[in-house]
Amino acid sequence: MNIEARNLSVDYTLRLTNEPLAALKSVSFSVESGKFVCLIGASGCGKTTLLNVAAGLVAPSAGELLLDGVPVYGPGRDRAMVFQSAALLPWRTVFKNAMYGLEIQGYPFREAKRIVSELIDLVGLTGFEKSFPRELSGGMQQRVNLARALATQPKLLLMDEPFASLDAQMREYMQGEIERIWQQTRQTTLFVTHSIDEAVFLADEIIVMTSRPGRIKTTVQVDLPRPRALEMKKDPRFHAIADSLRDQLDREFREMMGQGIFQGD
Amino acid sequence: MNSINSSVRDKLLAILTGVTFVGLWEILPASGLINPFFTSSPSRIYVAAKWLFANGFWNDIYVSLTQFTLGMLLAMVVGIVLGLLLGWYKTLNAMFEPFVTMLNAMPRVALLPIIILWLGIGMESKIAAVFLGAFLPIIITVMKGVRTVDENLIKCARSFGANDAQMFLTLAVPSSLPFIVAGLHIAVGRGLVGVVIGELLASQAGVGHMMAKASATFQIDKVFVGVLFLAVFGYLLTELLKLIEKQFEKWRPQ
Repeated sequence: MNIEARNLSVDYTLRLTNEPLAALKSVSFSVESGKFVCLIGASGCGKTTLLNVAAGLVAPSAGELLLDGVPVYGPGRDRAMVFQSAALLPWRTVFKNAMYGLEIQGYPFREAKRIVSELIDLVGLTGFEKSFPRELSGGMQQRVNLARALATQPKLLLMDEPFASLDAQMREYMQGEIERIWQQTRQTTLFVTHSIDEAVFLADEIIVMTSRPGRIKTTVQVDLPRPRALEMKKDPRFHAIADSLRDQLDREFREMMGQGIFQGD
Repeated sequence: MNSINSSVRDKLLAILTGVTFVGLWEILPASGLINPFFTSSPSRIYVAAKWLFANGFWNDIYVSLTQFTLGMLLAMVVGIVLGLLLGWYKTLNAMFEPFVTMLNAMPRVALLPIIILWLGIGMESKIAAVFLGAFLPIIITVMKGVRTVDENLIKCARSFGANDAQMFLTLAVPSSLPFIVAGLHIAVGRGLVGVVIGELLASQAGVGHMMAKASATFQIDKVFVGVLFLAVFGYLLTELLKLIEKQFEKWRPQ
């Protein structure tokens, strides 16, 4: 699915003070179908807002976001979101959680069951179909979250810092898993993260954003060969890209501190 | 000490307390220290119970249980449905919530004289009394349950394109199930109060009716039979609800 943002702006109203807050300001970019794109930037740079606009959960204040040439209007079956918190239904088993999206979209039960059975294997949850979310580790819960999104066979997969709450080891492992799974699905993916490492490892293209209001600072192409194994992180080419990203983000961060944007945070 | 041993020990302690109490209750009136005319005693209650069960107490129990069951069923249906709707739909909530709160705050026993005038002294007025006692705690806990639906789940459902009815059925209803049982816990007690007060005030049969009659003729032993019956019945119902509550422990996050 092709993505094109044209002068996209989103303003929020702060609940307490009633002050307007610009989360995104005149953001423009385009993404080719079939690419894995990471959005990176400091907290509060509007990465998640951008993802929510693509999901149809937040309406733009100005400009538009086109998916295959059509402006986004509300959520749709062609997209699915993987949330930062696993957002699993606690009273449902793993299998029934993975079926939730299909159920909402009115798939016939049998077909939904077939699709989900395959995905349970793909995301590595075999043997846990009847477990409840509270019995699973954070990493396993995120696998269910992912399976639920993949089950609806979206043309665009949106992932909002899905590994933010995992410990470092599990996070690395899950990055490898995402790469493995993506090799099979090849869905256009927008992946929000604030880990440079994660972005370089996963992405074809990295969009770097500035803070408050969120703008696009630069776009970096990652031309590391695929499929990528975790050893790739030791490769000098990997480090070259990561280092240049780190420099840009550092500079951005220092400017922000200079402006006192973080005061009172 | 491991947990099995300590739970056995706790049970033994409770039994010991009960046995001591019953023993003192038997000995003190027999020794002449207190007057059994007012306190009765376990053996006198046993004799009275035997007589009552041979002389129509089964019918009183049948009448009371029927009134209680019908009133509770009505309260459950109305309470659960209204609780879910008022909890989920903001407009309905704005229309009715103040009145639910008001009704809940007032002593609803005060409505009984009106109900008896409207429905007479038969079963209907007692069913209404049980309903009045039981349906408000159910509505209120269910409303609370619906509002505890995780925001993240709602966002997730919306991202899949769920409409309001789908979110209501797949999120609000299941997440309020444990709250429904919690509401029933309170409702059982209130419902029992309703049936007994109703029967004490005006009735032709029932456990409360028997107690009122016995009390008016100073037959304290029979009054205690009624009290014991109600205590055991209430205790059994509460234990049953605890069993049902255990079903939710499988998935409920700590």
